[in-house]
Amino acid sequence: MAGVAVSTTINGDHVEYLCQPDETLLDVLRDRLGLTGAKEGCGTGDCGACSVIVDNRLVCSCLVLGAEAEGRQIETIEGMAHGDQLHPLQQKFLEHAALQCGICTPGFLIAAKDLLEKNPSPTEEEIRFGLAGNLCRCTGYDKIVRAVQDAANVMKGA
Amino acid sequence: MNFDPRYSGRSFSSVGTRPLRPDGVDKVTGRARYGADFNMAGQLVGRVLRSPHAHAIIKKIDTSKAEKLAGVKAVITAKDLPDLTDGDAGMFDTLDNCMARKKALYDGHAVAAVAAIDARTARQALKLIEVDYEVLPHVTDVDEAMQHHAPLINDAIFTEGLEEKPVKPSNVSKRTQYGHGDVHQGFAQADFVVERSFKTEQTHQGYIEPHACVASVNPDGTADLWVCTQGHFVYRQHCAQLLGLEVSKLRVTSSEIGGGFGGKTHVWAEPVALALSRKAGRPVKLVMTRDEVFRASGPTSATSIDVKIGARKDGTITAAEATLRYTCGPYAGMWAEIGAMTAFACYKLENVKTVGYEVLVNRPKTAAYRAPSAPMAAFAVESAVDELAKEIGIDPVEFRIKNAAQEGTRASYGPVYGPIGIGPTLEAVKEHPHMRAPLAQNQGRGMACGFWFNFGGQTCTDLNIGMDGTVSLAVGTVDVGGSRASLSLVAAEELGIDYSQVKAIVADTSSLGYNDMTDGSRGTFSSSMATISAARNAIKVLRERAAQMWDISVDDVAWEKGHAVAKGEKHGNLGKLSLKEIAAQSGKTGGPIAGHSELVADGAGVSFATHICDVEVDPETGSTRVIRYTVVQDAGKAVHPTYVEGQYQGGAAQGIGWALNEEYIYGKDGRLQNPGFLDYRIPVCSDLPMIDTQILEIPNPNHPYGVRGVGETSIVPPLAAIANAVSNAVGVRMSHIPMSPPRILAALEAEREG
Repeated sequence: MAGVAVSTTINGDHVEYLCQPDETLLDVLRDRLGLTGAKEGCGTGDCGACSVIVDNRLVCSCLVLGAEAEGRQIETIEGMAHGDQLHPLQQKFLEHAALQCGICTPGFLIAAKDLLEKNPSPTEEEIRFGLAGNLCRCTGYDKIVRAVQDAANVMKGA
Repeated sequence: MNFDPRYSGRSFSSVGTRPLRPDGVDKVTGRARYGADFNMAGQLVGRVLRSPHAHAIIKKIDTSKAEKLAGVKAVITAKDLPDLTDGDAGMFDTLDNCMARKKALYDGHAVAAVAAIDARTARQALKLIEVDYEVLPHVTDVDEAMQHHAPLINDAIFTEGLEEKPVKPSNVSKRTQYGHGDVHQGFAQADFVVERSFKTEQTHQGYIEPHACVASVNPDGTADLWVCTQGHFVYRQHCAQLLGLEVSKLRVTSSEIGGGFGGKTHVWAEPVALALSRKAGRPVKLVMTRDEVFRASGPTSATSIDVKIGARKDGTITAAEATLRYTCGPYAGMWAEIGAMTAFACYKLENVKTVGYEVLVNRPKTAAYRAPSAPMAAFAVESAVDELAKEIGIDPVEFRIKNAAQEGTRASYGPVYGPIGIGPTLEAVKEHPHMRAPLAQNQGRGMACGFWFNFGGQTCTDLNIGMDGTVSLAVGTVDVGGSRASLSLVAAEELGIDYSQVKAIVADTSSLGYNDMTDGSRGTFSSSMATISAARNAIKVLRERAAQMWDISVDDVAWEKGHAVAKGEKHGNLGKLSLKEIAAQSGKTGGPIAGHSELVADGAGVSFATHICDVEVDPETGSTRVIRYTVVQDAGKAVHPTYVEGQYQGGAAQGIGWALNEEYIYGKDGRLQNPGFLDYRIPVCSDLPMIDTQILEIPNPNHPYGVRGVGETSIVPPLAAIANAVSNAVGVRMSHIPMSPPRILAALEAEREG
């Protein structure tokens, strides 16, 4: 099969790649561009470990084709920190020990960033439902919810 | 050097604090490399062909068409993994499970594998492999598999552990028995007896990271394996044996691990990837899909358990008995035996008997899942204990306190307990405000206890002091949930330096001596013991170097708070030398300074927990919500309390999923109906409340800091605590896990119809 030429923007940088028509955005990010921060936990959109933001919309990159990225603005975990300055969510996840194994963490951070951008003062229930598309098997979510609450407070004060 | 592991009752400056983990930034920035995040030059993509049948003879496999497909570099079957197990039955089962030899024994059993230039070519190649199966009758249910007419899975299995060797083969590989006293006499003394039967369904560990590895075998016999595993030294041992490689020539590097919970203690894909690489002459990356993880890794047992407990009017248990049947998948296991050992471990019993039956079924080979086998046994026993308390008319907490095991109690599985935490966790629960919080309509509260042995095992650790005075700690136990932080704290504590001066890593198999798996809650227990030992050895060297620098006898040099101190009036003018000052001179005083330790970490202290749970059940739909949850558990000494809390919360959450939702559902055709996270639903954020924790610290006398393992016990009580809560909410005893809405509605209906 002939490859599809794609021109897109990832974490603010212009990127061009060739991909197969049936290749997912997740495969392109991981296997063609070396952006392995997004993880494949299921490949069916059930676990959220591959979460990225496409044109301000939270998506599972395993359910998006690489070819669909043409002309879009994509944000991945690799672009979340500014230089050596961690995003408040990243900092609060560390401080609250909101990760154990850490495989779900990039997806949770991207989903939480999207949540707080749309709702800067979420209630606990809104956080829990806002992050219900991301599976974590280690933490029981307690420390994740607390980290997001704390980050929301810091970001409001900033 | 002799190492004294006994608890010393010392005070702590680093241990017990909550610093950030050393691997944290990598994990919040996406830089941490897990199993599937590693690549090698010239790497191929491996894929596995799996049986669609639960039980079938493999008559013929024709790989010729797949081999001819452009881009395919290797195709393997069981012929490419010859039997090198030399009579080791356990290893032969492992080999057969990696790649079916004569029969496919479950839906998902590997029968062939390919390595190709890309994933699409590999998928196409699988479709070109022709397998001729003769489908056989199958059995997946534990009780059905024990029937005489059940399809026989392995005709070489004759039940072990019976008084007389059976004349016919069966699906029961072993019978085991534990206990002491005379239960018949005990039941005769009882005023009340409760006898109940329970079932639990098969669940999966549900780690978010599928199994993944990159294997590279060279023509000179050297090989590399990058893999997500709980034990890279054990994987090296098993892979080398199955592939006929020399152990020292196979270097295994454990990647960051995206969850294991016992499920990454067994090899499945790794020998296959190595065999593919050997045949193709190129590195091969093999990553399981989620479907493959569910169908063909190692879930826990489904069980069927009968429990009988008798007590006097005053609440003293006079006898306790249980029969436990656990599925092992299609190979012999020892899962029912562990259930039989743990079932009554919380209690002080004069007359106790447990019998376990290991049952073969056409399901994937059972693997460990966090305190393996204990949660199901605890579900049955703790449900019956609650029932008995109700019949006697005594508070369930008081009933358990009255019968709780103590220091000096002979455990139902044999040993005599040292200082233990079951009584203290129960007393803490009794006093906990959660127990007095009001409940609304359709809500119920339950509590239950749990036990886990904990394990120590072989451990090797290196501690190297850099010339700038910072410390590199190389451990061989895989970090599954923050142990690099805990072990850095321990090194800092023992050396008397700041946590920030220590950096812990997990070393590969060629850089450190053998270590057992991170299993049995041993990671922090055993590696902290080895770290303390290594640090003490390094301190000995530091004292010698200081003595040299001062030109005095080493006997006059003590180590205090990170400094060498000259002792005695004659050295009164010498002051102190910091670790950093001594390290800076190391090139002139004898070279690098290091401490090494290799030991068997004996004396893992047993662990107990008691949980409290409130639920609300919707009587219309049968749907259950956990509305409040409290974990009380003994940690011995919490090295990094935040990560101890995390273990408590995570185990409780897994238990909640097990109790209410999760189960393997097999169709009549023996195929798994729900091999994905959509239909095998683990708890999501909106399903759970905050999970409160209370850490008790009853020091383990066999560890210098009093540490006990903390990782597993937290999954033991939830099944029973939630079942007791649901039963209290709906007024019907729930005896089948998971308590999914249809089961709750059926129980309510049965009660109404009386």
